[in-house]
Amino acid sequence: MTSTSKVATMHDAIAAIVRDGDTVAIEGFTHLISFAAGHEIIRQGRRDLVLARMTPDVIYDQMVAAGVARKLIFSWLGNPGVGGLNAIRRVTEGGQPSLELEEYSHFGMVARYTAGAANLPFFPLRSYFETDLPIVNPLIRPIESPYGDGTVYAVPPLKPDVTIVHAQRADTNGDTQAWGLLGCQKEAAFAAERVIVVVEELVDEALIRADPNRTIIPGLIVDAVVVEPWGAHPSYVQGTYDRDNRFYRDWDPISRDSAATDAWLADWVHGLASRAEYIEKLGAERLAQLKPSAPAPSGSVDYGEYR
Amino acid sequence: MNPEANSGAVPVAFTKSEMMIVAAARELAGQHVCFVGVGLPNVAVNLAKRTVAPDLELVYEAGVFGARPARLPLSIGDPTIVSGATAAMSMFELFAFYLQGGRIDVGFLGAAQIDRFGNINTTVIGDYASPTTRLPGSGGACEIAINARQIFVIMRQTRRSFVERIDFRTSPGNLGGAANADRIRREQGWLGRGPSVVVTDLGIYHFDESGEMRLDSLHPGASLEAVRDTIGWQPQISPELAVTPEPSPAELALMRLELDPGGVFTQ
Repeated sequence: MTSTSKVATMHDAIAAIVRDGDTVAIEGFTHLISFAAGHEIIRQGRRDLVLARMTPDVIYDQMVAAGVARKLIFSWLGNPGVGGLNAIRRVTEGGQPSLELEEYSHFGMVARYTAGAANLPFFPLRSYFETDLPIVNPLIRPIESPYGDGTVYAVPPLKPDVTIVHAQRADTNGDTQAWGLLGCQKEAAFAAERVIVVVEELVDEALIRADPNRTIIPGLIVDAVVVEPWGAHPSYVQGTYDRDNRFYRDWDPISRDSAATDAWLADWVHGLASRAEYIEKLGAERLAQLKPSAPAPSGSVDYGEYR
Repeated sequence: MNPEANSGAVPVAFTKSEMMIVAAARELAGQHVCFVGVGLPNVAVNLAKRTVAPDLELVYEAGVFGARPARLPLSIGDPTIVSGATAAMSMFELFAFYLQGGRIDVGFLGAAQIDRFGNINTTVIGDYASPTTRLPGSGGACEIAINARQIFVIMRQTRRSFVERIDFRTSPGNLGGAANADRIRREQGWLGRGPSVVVTDLGIYHFDESGEMRLDSLHPGASLEAVRDTIGWQPQISPELAVTPEPSPAELALMRLELDPGGVFTQ
């Protein structure tokens, strides 16, 4: 079976698929975060985006600093392993916060995407009881069990206009395989109106079909496939490159100072035309340090042939 | 204290953080499945697995059961928690089946503020709408507090963190006391029994029958005066107050040489 290739450049994919005012989810829990897509959205000057992510991470700190967002939907707002997200703190602390926040717990965010993907009106969970979260977020609501055995909390479906995920590999149809931490990428993709997958490697459809259990997102729901090696840096890709912890630490002092943040964005985002230029600027030596210390291949399994 | 001078009965030098981590690790003796957090809990749990609890199964909220990290993970989603693990899964599966399904014996939490009943704030300092400090928020803490069979808290003790009244309740502990908390847990069918241990840089607290934390052990070098100076209420002190045994040379060596050679969390 063949279909038209969905392969596009990052520039063209973002230009065609991400619009001002959209709710955009660049998902990936520490792992597989599409910094490349976030930077392209900044370069193209999108405005008034609602940015959804369980953990906004450094990429949303950069996007908020660049002025693309009006609101965040999230469950944990920090620079993982380092501290706070300082650009976001600047616009959410003190007298008149200029960035709207809508917050859940991790399970609440996963449940929202799950309800969105499954076309449910809400998703029930045991979280939130006797906490202040439903007070500050009235979208978290108690419901009685219809079977008379207690109260659970409901969260509404989250259906992003666009979900963007990074993965190890896809074919030209957008059939996408990932391994390692899977976060909530599958749920976020199925919940979305439009989906962009960004991959380290474009592979033949036969390779995907040889290991169907590893497919997390089918081409059925994918609008564009962008091939962008190192596109998740400074986050990581299991088996391909490690998290650049130095970058996450370096971001802390940069992001504490708004002039330094602007200078970084000018230097590393606006001043570059593409991810390829970013990778070149990062340099081969820095990248070499991020390769895994040794390969650790899985054993292979036999699916068998049945005629 | 000078490590060079150490011999025989002379105690080995250790930091307050090392004492705190060792005390938390020892509390894990006999536990089986532990939900690990970043930072101090990470070091404590990995130390426990190498000492008092070799059968401990490490669960990371990022979606890993049975992790065998070969290095100390800096972030909660480090690739080292995946390689060699029993299972890597979606976060839905982790939170729905492992946590809410009742498979977690101990959940570790940190806190920006904690009250006498073990209720925890990790959301904001000050007013929610215009906070003095915007903290990370719940992450998985809210559901860990509700669904893990018991909760361990590890945090440094200061007047700003041990407060009479927390600014925001992110994760429920024993609410206003054990009677009410136990009733709610029973009525709602929660599998979690709430907080059981708080380990600080000064001592070890457990929770008494009223649901309030009680100082049961004071770390060597710490004083009751220091405890009272860094707590925002009149703390319950056990009549059989113990002194926490010092970290052993073996525990210190594991932390310094293997788990946190850079001293990121232990110094």
